[in-house]
Amino acid sequence: MSAISREDVAHLAQLAHIEMSDAELDKMTGELGVIVESIASVSEAASADVPATTHPIALSNVFREDVVGPTLTAEEALMNAPDSVDTRFKVPAILDGE
Amino acid sequence: MNQIIQLSATELAAKLRAGEITSVAAVQAHLDRIAEVDGGERGIHAFLHVNTEEALAVAAEVDAIRAAGGTDAQALHPFAGVPIAIKDLIVTKGQPTTAASKMLEGWMSPYDATVIEKIRAAKLPMLGKTNLDEFAMGSSTEHSAYGPTRNPWDLDRIPGGSGGGSAAAVAAFEAPLALGTDTGGSIRQPGAVTGTVGVKPTYGGVSRYGAIAMASSLDQIGPVTRTVLDSAYLHELIGGHDAADSTSLNEPVPALIAAAEQGASGDMTGVRVGVIKELQGEGYEAGVQERFDESLEALRAAGAEIVEVSCPNFKYALGAYYLIMPSEVSSNLAKFDGVRFGTRVLPAEGPLTIERVMGATRAAGFGDEVKRRIILGTYALSAGYYDAYYGSAQKVRTLIQRDFDAAFEQADVLISPTSPTVAFELGSKTDDPLAMYLNDVATIPANMAGIPGITVPGGLSEGLPVGIQFLAPAREDARLYRAGAALEKLLEDKWGGRLLDQAPELSAATTGGVA
Amino acid sequence: MAMHQEELVDFDVALEKYDPVLGFEVHVELNTKTKMFSSAPNVFGDVPNTNVTPVCLGLPGVLPVVNKTAVEYAIMIGLALNCKIAERCGFARKNYFYPDTPKNFQTSQYDDPIAYDGWIDIELSDGEVFRVEIERAHMEEDAGKLTHMGGSTGRIQGADYSLVDYNRSGVPLVEIVTKTIEGAGKRAPELAKAYVAAIREIVKALDVSDAKMERGNVRCDANVSLMLKGAEKFGTRTETKNVNSLRAVEHAVRFEIERHAAVLNSGEAIVQETRHWHEDTRTTTSGRPKSDADDYRYFPEPDLVPVVTTVEWIEELRSRLPEPPAERRKRLQADWGYSDAEFRDVVNAGVTEQIEETIAAGTTAAVARKWWMGEIARLAKNADKDVADLGVTSATIVELNSLIESKKINDKIARQVLEFVVAGEGTPSEVVEKRSLAVVNDDSALGAAIDAAMEAMPDVVAKVKGGKLQAIGALMGPVMKATRGQADAGRVRELVLQKLGIEG
Ligand SMILES: [Mg+2]
Ligand SMILES: [Zn+2]
Repeated sequence: MSAISREDVAHLAQLAHIEMSDAELDKMTGELGVIVESIASVSEAASADVPATTHPIALSNVFREDVVGPTLTAEEALMNAPDSVDTRFKVPAILDGE
Repeated sequence: MNQIIQLSATELAAKLRAGEITSVAAVQAHLDRIAEVDGGERGIHAFLHVNTEEALAVAAEVDAIRAAGGTDAQALHPFAGVPIAIKDLIVTKGQPTTAASKMLEGWMSPYDATVIEKIRAAKLPMLGKTNLDEFAMGSSTEHSAYGPTRNPWDLDRIPGGSGGGSAAAVAAFEAPLALGTDTGGSIRQPGAVTGTVGVKPTYGGVSRYGAIAMASSLDQIGPVTRTVLDSAYLHELIGGHDAADSTSLNEPVPALIAAAEQGASGDMTGVRVGVIKELQGEGYEAGVQERFDESLEALRAAGAEIVEVSCPNFKYALGAYYLIMPSEVSSNLAKFDGVRFGTRVLPAEGPLTIERVMGATRAAGFGDEVKRRIILGTYALSAGYYDAYYGSAQKVRTLIQRDFDAAFEQADVLISPTSPTVAFELGSKTDDPLAMYLNDVATIPANMAGIPGITVPGGLSEGLPVGIQFLAPAREDARLYRAGAALEKLLEDKWGGRLLDQAPELSAATTGGVA
Repeated sequence: MAMHQEELVDFDVALEKYDPVLGFEVHVELNTKTKMFSSAPNVFGDVPNTNVTPVCLGLPGVLPVVNKTAVEYAIMIGLALNCKIAERCGFARKNYFYPDTPKNFQTSQYDDPIAYDGWIDIELSDGEVFRVEIERAHMEEDAGKLTHMGGSTGRIQGADYSLVDYNRSGVPLVEIVTKTIEGAGKRAPELAKAYVAAIREIVKALDVSDAKMERGNVRCDANVSLMLKGAEKFGTRTETKNVNSLRAVEHAVRFEIERHAAVLNSGEAIVQETRHWHEDTRTTTSGRPKSDADDYRYFPEPDLVPVVTTVEWIEELRSRLPEPPAERRKRLQADWGYSDAEFRDVVNAGVTEQIEETIAAGTTAAVARKWWMGEIARLAKNADKDVADLGVTSATIVELNSLIESKKINDKIARQVLEFVVAGEGTPSEVVEKRSLAVVNDDSALGAAIDAAMEAMPDVVAKVKGGKLQAIGALMGPVMKATRGQADAGRVRELVLQKLGIEG
């Protein structure tokens, strides 16, 4: 397993939508390196024939009947909105203007 | 100290039912205590929000129903009128929910968590919302965006985490009951270092609906109390199937109160107690080990059969946990983006696009530990690393379950120290994430396997509490209450009272609060 | 960003050199009563953010619960597409940030779709049957609806801000993905259209979707690449997103073939990217190139447990399937008495359902065919629209036909009425009323017009008297003019003969 580089961290921060300063990237790179190293043994422990456990308690076919339940009012839906217009959430432009 | 607040929840409930005290008086006594010890310069700071008016109103309602008598009074839950504190990771209508993050500063949930609906239905007045590590990520409550909580045993030490607020509130007699959440030990480790009782139920035993998700496959809500019997009552109240949680067990809550009552005799005849070889020794403080050995002796003397079991794959548990947990964190916390709720932060400069607003919002809204885990999880899930990291960790999970299966062939319950150390000093580990993570080495395997665990006070080391953990097979939570109540009885007989009776007296003078 | 004119190569020229390879991802919105993972109503077009629960908004603390009916619909779609149904499958999270995606991940399926390895046979206009293989059909959820504000076009480009409505957030989707489709040659655009039409026909027949493309119930992403004839390796593909009408699917595939050929001919490489379809210009423009940002970090959804199917459950669902389209067509052709050629034209025109509905609503098969294959098809062609998008319903035709049968209007006027109906002026009766289009059946008024015409054209009258009855046609012009086109031709003929004392 390769060590984690500063570029890796910058890319991950971008994927995770967290803006990071250069200083933060440096600090994070160091810390993540240590953590990643310490957890590396996990891949050695897991051999191919061991099945993965995704859910600690195995259940299946948990369904809901197709029956309409209560909804929020538009007022409740928007009560915490950072910005809104009428009953819709308002967000800044998705694409850069130029 | 007002005597009301020293009562266990079960004792208080009995006095309320007998009409010896009113719920309003009980709630007011706890509110007074909160004012005295929580808010000052060196206050406990267990609460992020105190819910004075609503708590008193619910108490008054219960008092009125009891006073009127008749079927309504008889239909009341046995704990009606007993106040409770709620970890601020659980959403509540009418009270802010912050997850101890700036991201949710001022956020008001338009809905109640399922456990909150149950608490409202049973009419337990809610005293308020308790402090935690931001989004439950930490083992010391120092990662709260609203400042740390102090340990009532030593105000310069941590109360454990992430549920340090709930544990400290209960230990400091600010509340007889609290709710916590446990993803890798966040109920049990704070319980251990504050000398209180905490239970992580079987995964799916308590609905997660309305608990702000940290790691969905590991999270469980559970009780935080001063006695094992109190936990049994609270666990039975909040447990049971919930159609809103697809991972909720569709079966009745086991008879936990009965199990705790059985255990309270102190008799452990015929119970096989398995000592997990890998959860002791190196890394465990000598004082912790001594209290642990004493507990084993007490259990043996009470008729338990002590056996040693080996769980060889536990050495991978911490590493696997630090892959699965952050992976789920990275996805669960993606919704905090400043679009629908919570804080929105605009970039300081440059074009104003939603992408950049999300980046700035998440940069400002999340603390360092949260960011660390999001980045780590993003890494573990990213293309090219998934199989080596997340995939392997899920396999380790299977190996841990197999270890437990084998161990439970030999033993009815397993036992270990809850935490390898007693409470450490505030600030001593904040710059060393790995050292912080090691606090949960004994609690994490249960979350990985979905099995239940309890911590009960095991005595003191250097004047600070040590916790003893029992683990049981999935769905066998009742065994925890039997064994936990027995050990509690055996040790209290030895100490001549509760462990918390030995805690230093707190007052406005020590905390700088309101006398 | 300056728009630059794409170089194109003539379609037939392109096809001489290259073989097109296609692939489609069709998203079908299910018509369940509630959403995929929440009990909010699955309803289109209400006041924004009123058909939402905390789950639809992705509020802190919420958890999903799977809609059983949506799972059953997905299985039924799989069965209708001749797919295998997974014995066990799960949900996965597809992680990406976008403001219409409330959790910033889409709950979908990843490596274990509920249905896989199927096929459908597509009948092309030349009668040949083309088999399209289905890779998978999986369950997922729709996103909310973004409206881009400011700027000039209402498009995402140049918008100042956007508004978000989460009513659509969490609507159940089944995404149907084909295997790569080779060998269509120059019929590629036709196949594309026919494939999407077939999917629409199937989900409509199953009654699992409203299947209205104009409402986005069925949305197509079309993948196109070209390979030199005789080459072994596929070319680089582009994915044109959200092509939302049958004609657009055909045009988009044709456009991409012409564009790819031009790029390849010039010696450049195709960029693997998503393309946006523009209905107004009938062109695609570059979207976003495939990049690291497409690292969706899929992992099993921990909040949902696996779906396990049993033979009994699948067979119960299979028993609910309607007759397969091919058999249905055979039955309809027999019922309606159309010739092979007539019926194939109907199928290719995509008006089978409309004709079926019109007959059910009370016309003969011949009348239904006459209108849907005649005037309506012509109007659609002139308007450059799908027949389905004209706003003509079976009720329109039944009403029009009964106006003709009751002699209120004649055939010619009926065609005018239809145009006004398409223009949005109301139902046929309303149009006739408003525009005073009823046929002049008043014999005195007609009689006067006929007398005037006969007086003006004695030579014609002589011809008719001499037995050349078809000469009456020459009188029609002036009569129609005098009655502003509202005379009934049959009645004019009767009256002329009557006036001349000739037996009709
Ligand atoms: Mg797609
Ligand atoms: Zn899709």
